[in-house]
Amino acid sequence: MCLAVPGQVMQLDGTSARVKFHGVERVVQMDLVPEVKLGDWVLVHAGYAIQCMDEEEARETLALLAQIEGEMEEQSRAEAKP
Amino acid sequence: MSQPDLRERAERCYDKIAALVSGPVSLMEVCGTHTMAISRFGIRARVPETLRLLSGPGCPVCVTPASQIDHLMAMAREPGVIVTTFGDMLRVPGSKSSLEQERTRGSDIRVVYSPHDAMEIARAAPDRIVVFMGVGFETTSPTIAATMIKALAAGIGNFCVYPAFKVVPPAMDALVASGETRIDGFICPGHVSTIIGSAAYEPIARDRKVPCVVTGFEALDVLEGVILLLEQRAAGKAEVQVQYRRAVSPEGNRTALDILSRTFTPCDAAWRGIGVIPGTGLEPREEFLSMDARRRVQVEMPKDAVDLPAGCGCGEVMRGLKVPTECAMFGTACTPSRPIGPCMVSTEGACAAWYRYGRG
Repeated sequence: MCLAVPGQVMQLDGTSARVKFHGVERVVQMDLVPEVKLGDWVLVHAGYAIQCMDEEEARETLALLAQIEGEMEEQSRAEAKP
Repeated sequence: MSQPDLRERAERCYDKIAALVSGPVSLMEVCGTHTMAISRFGIRARVPETLRLLSGPGCPVCVTPASQIDHLMAMAREPGVIVTTFGDMLRVPGSKSSLEQERTRGSDIRVVYSPHDAMEIARAAPDRIVVFMGVGFETTSPTIAATMIKALAAGIGNFCVYPAFKVVPPAMDALVASGETRIDGFICPGHVSTIIGSAAYEPIARDRKVPCVVTGFEALDVLEGVILLLEQRAAGKAEVQVQYRRAVSPEGNRTALDILSRTFTPCDAAWRGIGVIPGTGLEPREEFLSMDARRRVQVEMPKDAVDLPAGCGCGEVMRGLKVPTECAMFGTACTPSRPIGPCMVSTEGACAAWYRYGRG
């Protein structure tokens, strides 16, 4: 339930922003990170950014998430085999 | 970083853990995402038998009392009321039914991704009362507090929140103080700590002498967290350390904490299967009382709530007294498709994780 995913701020409009995750943009609220700037990386939970991250930290998290997704795909392919 | 690099790093971690464990050690996590990660990565199968990795009360929907779910369902049956909730809550049983079952009986119950979406539903339906189910730990409660502040400022008077929040550190402290379970170290929740900061665990380390390590959610994060806890133990230390530096600072997110304390004040809270723990709940401050669903929708809380059906071991599992397979109903009477207790319903519950991935 406390899952949070990094994304990059592409557009900023007051406390609302467009944040890009894996190429998909979503509207995210910025009330909890007033210091945020255009282009920043943020950690997003329940439609709100809860923390700013530097790019390297965000990419490290994304790389690990991609690894899990890869493993899960591998697993579901293995499970699908008769 | 390539996959072989990651695998090699993980192997080195397992070697280190094996070298550090010499007798019985129990480490507890209090975060549903850690519960899932430990099971999914099969970590229990790779560490020495005497190292017990326990799941504490880390799943917010699992610890929401049946009485509050019953109350919310009673509200949903009132004319003109829309109940909004995170999807996790939908299948969690109250005493007799769940939100999902109530929805099929005609109540207007909608799943939202964000409390902000619930506020937008209220804005678009001014003739209805929109109740948002406020479940969650400190990761989530500030997002709901921020939404309440915005709704108040925008004059969206038909938006309200059912406060069922939980605060994590005093619950960890109460588990240690109860003396029921041996806890040699806490794997502290990653994103709760993003908000509250790692310093929030200092009293547990200092006064209770239990090492605390704030840990991330990937396999390597968890393994490194376990190593840090075992190293502290070997050195006879009890300190707070942060493994998950990518997202956690000692002081946390000050803005979020300010927003939280402007909106809510601490209260006692009942944890399903555990009981009342002082100071672990949040209720709206005076300025926000008009947004307390319990005032806004005048329906009495149904009496005689049944938190756990007879024979259900969720309470013992969440207190670290049992692992899921030690419950007589696990995997036989109680399965994810026919769940009896909340830990089997929620995907982040310990029983659901053990059922899906084995003991992990």
